[in-house]
Amino acid sequence: MNQPVLNLWIIPLLPLVGAAINGLFGRRFKNSLVSAVALLFTFASFAYAAWAAMQWWGHTDAYIQDLGDWISAGGFHAPFGFYLDRLSTVMMLVVTGVGFLIHVYSVGYMAHEGGYYRFFSYLNLFMFFMLTLVLANNYLLMFVGWEGVGLASYLLIGFFFHKDSAADAGKKAFIVNRIGDFGFLLGMFLLIGHFNSLNFDVIKSGVSTVPTGTLTAIALLLMVGATGKSAQVPLYVWLPDAMEGPTPVSALIHAATMVTAGIYMMARSSPIFSGAPHALEVVALIGAITAIFAATMGMAQTDIKRVLAYSTVSQLGYMFLACGVAAYSAGIFHLMTHAFFKALLFLGAGSVIHALGGEQDMRRMGGLRKLIPVTYWVMTVATFAIAGIPPLSGFFSKDEILWRTYLHSPVLWLIGLITALLTSFYMFRLWFMTFFGDLRLGEVDIGEEAHAAHAPAQAQHGAASDSHGHGEDEHGHGGVHEAPWIMLAPLVILAVLAIVGGWVGIPEVMHGSNHFEYFLAPAIQVPEAVEALGETAKTQLLFGFPKEVAFAVISVIAAVIGFFFAWLLYYKRPELPDRITARIHGIYLLVLHKYHIDEGYSLLFVKPLLALSTYVFWRGMDQEIIDGTVNGAAAASQRIGRGLRQMQSGNIRSYAAWIAAGGAAVVAYMIWLGVAK
Amino acid sequence: MNTAILTLVTFIPAVGAIVLMLMPRNDKSIRWTALFISVLAFAFSLYLPFGYHSGQPGFQFEVNVPWIGQAIHYHMGADGISMWLVLLTTFLVPLGVLVSWKSIHDRVKEFFVLFLLLETAMIGVFLALDLFLFYVFWEATLIPMALLIGMYGHERRIYAAIKFFLYTMVASVFMLAAVIWLYTHAGSFDYVEVRNWIAAGHATPEAIKWLFLGFFIAFAVKVPLFPLHTWLPDAHVEAPTAGSLLLASVLLKMGTYGLLRFNVGLFPAEAQRHAPWINTLAIIGIIYGALVALVQPNLKKLIAYSSVSHLGFVVLGIFTFTQAGTDGAVYQMLNHGISTGALFMLAGMLYERKHTYELREYGGLATPMPIYATFFMIAVLSSVGLPLLNGFVGEFLVLSGAFQAKVIYGVLAASGVIWSAAYLLWMYQRVFYGPIHHEENRSVPDIGAREQISLWPLAIMALVMGVASPLFMKSIDASVGEINKKEISSARDRTTVRDTKRASLNFGNSPGSQAGHK
Repeated sequence: MNQPVLNLWIIPLLPLVGAAINGLFGRRFKNSLVSAVALLFTFASFAYAAWAAMQWWGHTDAYIQDLGDWISAGGFHAPFGFYLDRLSTVMMLVVTGVGFLIHVYSVGYMAHEGGYYRFFSYLNLFMFFMLTLVLANNYLLMFVGWEGVGLASYLLIGFFFHKDSAADAGKKAFIVNRIGDFGFLLGMFLLIGHFNSLNFDVIKSGVSTVPTGTLTAIALLLMVGATGKSAQVPLYVWLPDAMEGPTPVSALIHAATMVTAGIYMMARSSPIFSGAPHALEVVALIGAITAIFAATMGMAQTDIKRVLAYSTVSQLGYMFLACGVAAYSAGIFHLMTHAFFKALLFLGAGSVIHALGGEQDMRRMGGLRKLIPVTYWVMTVATFAIAGIPPLSGFFSKDEILWRTYLHSPVLWLIGLITALLTSFYMFRLWFMTFFGDLRLGEVDIGEEAHAAHAPAQAQHGAASDSHGHGEDEHGHGGVHEAPWIMLAPLVILAVLAIVGGWVGIPEVMHGSNHFEYFLAPAIQVPEAVEALGETAKTQLLFGFPKEVAFAVISVIAAVIGFFFAWLLYYKRPELPDRITARIHGIYLLVLHKYHIDEGYSLLFVKPLLALSTYVFWRGMDQEIIDGTVNGAAAASQRIGRGLRQMQSGNIRSYAAWIAAGGAAVVAYMIWLGVAK
Repeated sequence: MNTAILTLVTFIPAVGAIVLMLMPRNDKSIRWTALFISVLAFAFSLYLPFGYHSGQPGFQFEVNVPWIGQAIHYHMGADGISMWLVLLTTFLVPLGVLVSWKSIHDRVKEFFVLFLLLETAMIGVFLALDLFLFYVFWEATLIPMALLIGMYGHERRIYAAIKFFLYTMVASVFMLAAVIWLYTHAGSFDYVEVRNWIAAGHATPEAIKWLFLGFFIAFAVKVPLFPLHTWLPDAHVEAPTAGSLLLASVLLKMGTYGLLRFNVGLFPAEAQRHAPWINTLAIIGIIYGALVALVQPNLKKLIAYSSVSHLGFVVLGIFTFTQAGTDGAVYQMLNHGISTGALFMLAGMLYERKHTYELREYGGLATPMPIYATFFMIAVLSSVGLPLLNGFVGEFLVLSGAFQAKVIYGVLAASGVIWSAAYLLWMYQRVFYGPIHHEENRSVPDIGAREQISLWPLAIMALVMGVASPLFMKSIDASVGEINKKEISSARDRTTVRDTKRASLNFGNSPGSQAGHK
């Protein structure tokens, strides 16, 4: 069979060229030229990726392109090699497609910010690294992308670097991710020890020769890496703070693409994970815990972006859970639909923030339904999608995960189901608080304690509010205005995707074809037992319905219950929440303060480490002990020298005494030798 | 050309120094002449990688003529390891001249004379293949460096200069003793002959042990290996920028180069026996250096402690005795020269503007100095080991080798990736981010053309070495393979030698080996 020549390296390289042009010369460019460059190279990358995907569409094997060694030492080689199979096809299209839409949106959103060229240069740089990550044919090149997206994230979170909170958040993201990378590195070293290679193909074909214990260790170490990047317990703490970055960044990096890299990496490592059932259990457990834990924190947040941030952590927990029950394709399916609706939610939230001149607190919002109708409608689509209301995309992907989880463990399924209820609750809470009731802009006096909890987030749009505050009183309503078309167009496209995106994976029992799973199947290795379980479950019945359908109905009911409570508390009886939180004040405060996890980490790790370094190592060891000894030795030799000088007194009698003493010492020594014999 | 090139590269700077001495005291022409000479030396050194044959074993470009009497030879040669260290030196010296352009305004002539003499001595250290010659070059680096610190340094320069001088001088005495012992027993100063003499098993294990330690102490202080590192922060803080540059980038590498060339090259089996505690010290250095760097309030001290941490990686890599680990160690020597050199140059530029290294005096500087901030970011990322920049390649290989040698080495050392991110990014934040607290920082001028010219080569090299590592690694890999191969085969030889010695012990005729085997 003659292979087409795809030159996959062009796909990541195009955005890199854009980043370089804007980074080196953008300072002198007009804003329009900067955005033209950034959009052109991103779109070209998308177009080329789509072309390459079409060329390779029918193939079930991987297209591999090796451009030569990047690192070679001894017998170990890591190439600049690219890998296109169905898994990377999906990722590449999501990244370039959603990435391009967010670039377009940013042109409008960032129009009035300083450092415009810097923003687009970083954003293009991110695309380069993300595409390297998903197209690499070996773990080391994947790690290049992995670290690179971390860098882009660091730079973009800290984009408003003159604020301490933004700089802190960027640094925190990078360091916490490095803890994960530590695990990733060790996992790679174990792989090198066994395969002397990090190429996916080599590992896939040789994985059966590795003992289960080693596979488990490798899988767990890789999982640690994924835990950092995909913001899972206990390393999720960086993601909520990452909301300090401009909103398009939150949408692209901290919702749609980068944070899903951990999921992609585990799906890519499915041969390893599938051979390590104990590791899979741990993955599933971490995913379930993260999903429900983050969802509870999302319920109490009042900053619109923070709600979405915790929601992202929670949804990533679902994807982890999916990988943990070896339903990798369900995880990737949810990754894709989540990319659509969560990007949409963030961009919609950005549009709300833009309309309100930088306001992010939902307690000051309300009634925006009529004022910004397009934003309202797209947000409605996204909210219904994430809540899991059929036939929107989120329903199909989330339901697939819950169903597969049930087959593996009913307990984890129950956690997932409760999470679905909570998700629906906090999302509709956001929806009601933002778009219904009356606009409360500038009316609500926010309590002291809430201020403390949200201080960093409040400062977020300090810069933005100056610039977005233009056109005050233009439309009445304190200048609330719909965003320009360049921001709305990507919203509408994403809204369409958030509706139809799930239709590629309608399960067979609902008379769909489950095309997505079959499409991914060649790229993924599922344990045979899990596969068999899925097959037999297809025929099981519950109350006369196919069991899978019955479970789908249960999760829709959970979503409706969540909707009902949100409606009751934030629309019908808006005075109720205050009374309830007063009743359960302790628990409420605990959730509001995010279980004090950040403070706990600081108290347990950061402060002791700094104290140890300062007082024990630096001042103690270095200055007192080592330098003390050295200076002491110098002082001692000075004293000895002074003492020795006394000997040379020029006094004959004292010389004679020294000679006598010396002679006595020699005699004593000889006697001692004799005794010792 | 092949026999003359090493001599040319080594002595062009020294000849240049003499020319400078004879020149009238015109600061401008002195600066330009110094720049010209250092660029000339660099241009000649470029011949080396092009003329080098990676497939050919042993030393290349060799020159070997009697120098003092019949015993002491002028024997120079390069392999894939020393060649790149020479290039690192000749590459950095012109940049050192550029950063001293304005910051040195008193006794300019003496400064550049010392600077160029230092260059000759450093290159000589890497190329000498005669133990006596090596020792001469080794000590010859001390004097100009101590003078540069003592004459052109900051407030506590005399203390720092004396501390530097005594620390390294005292340690070198042990090496001198080892060199003399080797001459009296092996009958030669020649590196290759001495190596073969030892490999043939002529020395007793007891003697080998003391010889190993003699060399080791001299090199370990230079590296510096924990706990012998406390001269370094003082020397760096007080040294002028160009002095810090060469101190960190090249002088420390003389220590790690010595460990590889002499401790491992001459005594492979002994080196392997001592590896556990040496690696322990190296790993302590990695973590300890990073943690102390984390809490430094002074920018230059912070970078100095980061060097302790980074050089720990190099020592660890050498003493893993794996191909990847040692390859990575050599690469890391070059990387550290680039990235830490850049950091010291950048720190110096800030000092010229602010006259302080105290971090609390900075803050928010990214706004008035965007270009400077960008270069600084590249240097930080290179030092942090971001893939596609140079630092990652070396760090990854060292850690990989350490992990294969002993899992716990790899695990502990790999934690360095977390610490380095912590101290470097926190430092960067304290210098560049956040609001501006000191009004005068609002108007700090950004770097000018000359400063940018001195930084571009480093930024480009960081990228080239990060992307195209095989260009460098091919020759390094071959030479490291030779040392490691010798190590393995001679470890086998040594066991046989030891066995025969042990057998002879029963007859009680070898007091030396008796002591060694008790």
